[in-house]
Amino acid sequence: MDPTAKYISQKISRTRWRPVPAGLLQQPEVFAAGSWDNESNRVSIWSLGDDDSDTDGEFDEEPRLLCDSEHDGDVTDLQFLDGDRLVSASSSGAVAILKLQPDCQALSLAHVWERAHRYSCDNAPCTAVVCRSPELVSVGEDGRVILYKADQTEVVRVIENADSSTIHAVTFLRTTEVLTVNSIGQLKMWDFRQQSDSPAQILSLTGDRVPLHCVDKHPNQQHIVATGGQDGMLCIWDVRQGNTPFSLIEAHSAEMWEVHFHPSNPNHLFTCSEDGSLLHWETTSGSDMSTLLQRGWNSRVVSHSGVPLAGEDDSVVSSWLAGDSSKNRLEATHMLPSQTLSVNSLDVLEQCLVCGTDGEAVYVHRQLPNFSI
Amino acid sequence: MEEVDVEPSTTVTHLGFEWGPGDLLVYETNYKLQGIRPRSASSPSVHVVRRDEDICSPILRKLFNESHLIFVGLQKIKEDVPSKNKKSQFVSISKNYRSVIRACMEELQQNAGKRSPDTHHVSILLAIELIWNLCEVLFIDAAPAGSLLLHLLDWVRLHKSDVDTRAREVLQSDSPAQHQSYWDVVISLVLQGRTDEARQVLSKQASLRAESSSVFKRMDVLLQNMPIFNPAGTQTLTEFDVKWRHWHEECDRCLQDNTFASNRHLETICKILVGDEDTLLEQRELLSTWYHFLVTRLLFTHPTIKPPDLHYYAQSSMNMFLGPRASPEPLDIILLSAFEFDLHQVIKDCSIALNNWWFVAHLTDLLDHCKLLQSHNLHFGSNLREFLVLEYASGLFTHHSLWQLAVDYFDHCPEFGRVYLELQIERVPLDTERKAIKVLRICEDRQMSEQVRSICKIMAKRALRNNRLGSALSWSIRAKDAAFATLISERFLQDYSNKGFFTDLDLLDNLGPAMLLSDRLTFLGKYREFHRLYGEKRFSEAARLLLSLMTAKIAPRSLWMTLLTDALPLLEQKEVIFSVDQTYELMSCLEELNLGTKDSNQTDQDEDIESTKTELLRLALARNLAMAIVKEGTIET
Repeated sequence: MDPTAKYISQKISRTRWRPVPAGLLQQPEVFAAGSWDNESNRVSIWSLGDDDSDTDGEFDEEPRLLCDSEHDGDVTDLQFLDGDRLVSASSSGAVAILKLQPDCQALSLAHVWERAHRYSCDNAPCTAVVCRSPELVSVGEDGRVILYKADQTEVVRVIENADSSTIHAVTFLRTTEVLTVNSIGQLKMWDFRQQSDSPAQILSLTGDRVPLHCVDKHPNQQHIVATGGQDGMLCIWDVRQGNTPFSLIEAHSAEMWEVHFHPSNPNHLFTCSEDGSLLHWETTSGSDMSTLLQRGWNSRVVSHSGVPLAGEDDSVVSSWLAGDSSKNRLEATHMLPSQTLSVNSLDVLEQCLVCGTDGEAVYVHRQLPNFSI
Repeated sequence: MEEVDVEPSTTVTHLGFEWGPGDLLVYETNYKLQGIRPRSASSPSVHVVRRDEDICSPILRKLFNESHLIFVGLQKIKEDVPSKNKKSQFVSISKNYRSVIRACMEELQQNAGKRSPDTHHVSILLAIELIWNLCEVLFIDAAPAGSLLLHLLDWVRLHKSDVDTRAREVLQSDSPAQHQSYWDVVISLVLQGRTDEARQVLSKQASLRAESSSVFKRMDVLLQNMPIFNPAGTQTLTEFDVKWRHWHEECDRCLQDNTFASNRHLETICKILVGDEDTLLEQRELLSTWYHFLVTRLLFTHPTIKPPDLHYYAQSSMNMFLGPRASPEPLDIILLSAFEFDLHQVIKDCSIALNNWWFVAHLTDLLDHCKLLQSHNLHFGSNLREFLVLEYASGLFTHHSLWQLAVDYFDHCPEFGRVYLELQIERVPLDTERKAIKVLRICEDRQMSEQVRSICKIMAKRALRNNRLGSALSWSIRAKDAAFATLISERFLQDYSNKGFFTDLDLLDNLGPAMLLSDRLTFLGKYREFHRLYGEKRFSEAARLLLSLMTAKIAPRSLWMTLLTDALPLLEQKEVIFSVDQTYELMSCLEELNLGTKDSNQTDQDEDIESTKTELLRLALARNLAMAIVKEGTIET
């Protein structure tokens, strides 16, 4: 089933689903989109429309605009803090909390930390922000890692000179630990309980130092992390275990901008890239060849390092790390119908996928194919 | 662009201007008409005059984006597909373009009323779609006689949609026959050749009046019998022609017999069916355009019209409809050129009449793919299609956001596209690293190494200015710029000599193969490694490394003193670290250093320090040599 496309007259840098209240088995209906490279950038909230008012339920409703708000500088990252607060990172170095009115009628600025990221004589873009309510962490081109609390006006902690190169992405590992990736190909783990300003651990690929652009943690197993970089390689790492990634997969032919594990079904992974493709990766374990052939899969080069973790219970070993490549295969499917301009961002929740491209179009899949929860 | 609310100055000044890629910079000069008057209070502002404001409209942006997708898809159509299939492909692509225009138009109409430029855009888009549709019918679809008229009828019906609304209005009213627009609706439907619908509306009338029902029945029969050519059917054109003539004669007979004399409306309709030009001209209001008149005229006088004969009728229809005094508008002239199958004239007139190159570029490209344009080499080297696409893309490049679309357009201009892209891509402003990465990807994919190097250098210099040495290094690694890597290493070493320790250890410790990019960088990496080895107390390895740095000439001369000074603690250790040979090497290095020309700017104090250092080193080396000789001479028992 093809996704619905909607052209929104601005290049999209980030799209995020608004979180649905837990417990309700609802599909997400509202998403936020941030623009970049415009003279005046905006953060906008879109809705996929109700099914009750629509008489013919088969027609895909185009997303419609609920509200938007001006944003100073490019929107470099966007995250929902909770159901009605949104955090945005800006290329002017500011990090802002935007509040969404209960009926989605308006979006207003609740609080902004101006110039959180800066150089001594210039603004430094903030490149990524991650939240685990009520804490936020932001990273930027100035190499700082900053910790905030959503309700406090002052920042909680700044790790100065955390990195000598640009930090591109950040993710929470545990409540007090974050993992950052930078433009010389290193993953650094930071523990906020420690007083010192140096990383707890540094991991990197031996060989060429390829900049890494995105990182995501496995939802259930905190030691498994996926990264994507400038050469389009998808790497799965085990942060407990040393310096080499567990798998290296040639995913894309250009920079990979975002990688996401599906939050409730972590056997599915989604990546999007500058080359205009969005791939859905699925690990299947223990399926026989006939089912794989029936589904018409399109597999990529897979290299698994063959050593399973010692002392691990079989049931706990994630299919991403299991070594036997004949038992475990990786299937990849293209989610967008044709080659578009760069897909800058994607977000996936339950059965819905939304992504935004440089062709100023938002694509929404309401029913992910081959997907069962 | 805002309106500048400035009181116009009372004295007229000369304005200076400068052309930019898409805009015009205008400024006030000090020259006034009366002569030069220095230091007069002139406005200090520079005005930017934007040539093309369509690009800024948010709704029109969708047009640019969607048509870009269609354009790229069109270029990918393979050459070896047989021409029959290709024609249908081209027709569907043309329909895609048109649907995009329509979608844009509808959205503009929804938003209209709030802003006046939108209504202006709506009318332009209407005209564009009209022209495109006609070009599709005449050139791309290239229908032969018979189906040509059917396509033209569709074309007219599509662009005269108010008939449907009025018909619906009449039919939904309480007594349709008494509605004031009733006869207008019937006649409009007949004029458009929609006989079945006309009959349906007429039947409302017939049911009312019993006595004149026979007349209505007669009209009904006439309308029902009107032959319509079926291109998919087995009937040939000649057979259709014969049938049509019979029917035409019958209508004429009805007229001669005064069958419809009782009802003037029905009489009018009959005259229309016969194709009486004066009656048609009387319906000027309902027809509203000369091309509608043309098609109706053809429908009722010459339904088997052949494409080459079209232009004669077009010219005469326009003259008849517009009358002697009215002068044709640009749109009319363009349509006339299309009917005359003069493609180049159409393109030329559209280029002049329209604001930006979007329409002509895309239409010409499509026509070129259909092989309809003779390769018409223009004076400046490229052909017409390439010229127009280049102009359009250059216009896109001036937009702060749409420049990414232009890249694909340049890719498909074989002669000059690359050159244009090379010149334009360097001028994209780079505010964030992410944008620079995207621009670099574009350049790298097309092997534009010059541009890659210059962009990386810009980013690296900016990083250096902000003291982000790691970023600067990663940019110079990407560009494989050895000179810049050397510069960065010098900065590091300078920092080291100033502060006494290394900054950015995470970078230096993890240089990896990038170290080999430049000699100075290699030295830096190795030097840092030396410090690390020393810190880990692996003295013999450290010593070997240090020596190799000097003897392999990786270390710059200026730093040899520092290196030798670093060697001092190793020499002073209790156990012998440097072997005899190594000590001799160190000594020779020291002497080589001292043999070099003395710096005349050195003060006495500096000279003292230098000589003290040399003395200390000589002493330490001598002692080490002694111990080493003894150690090596001793036989282990």
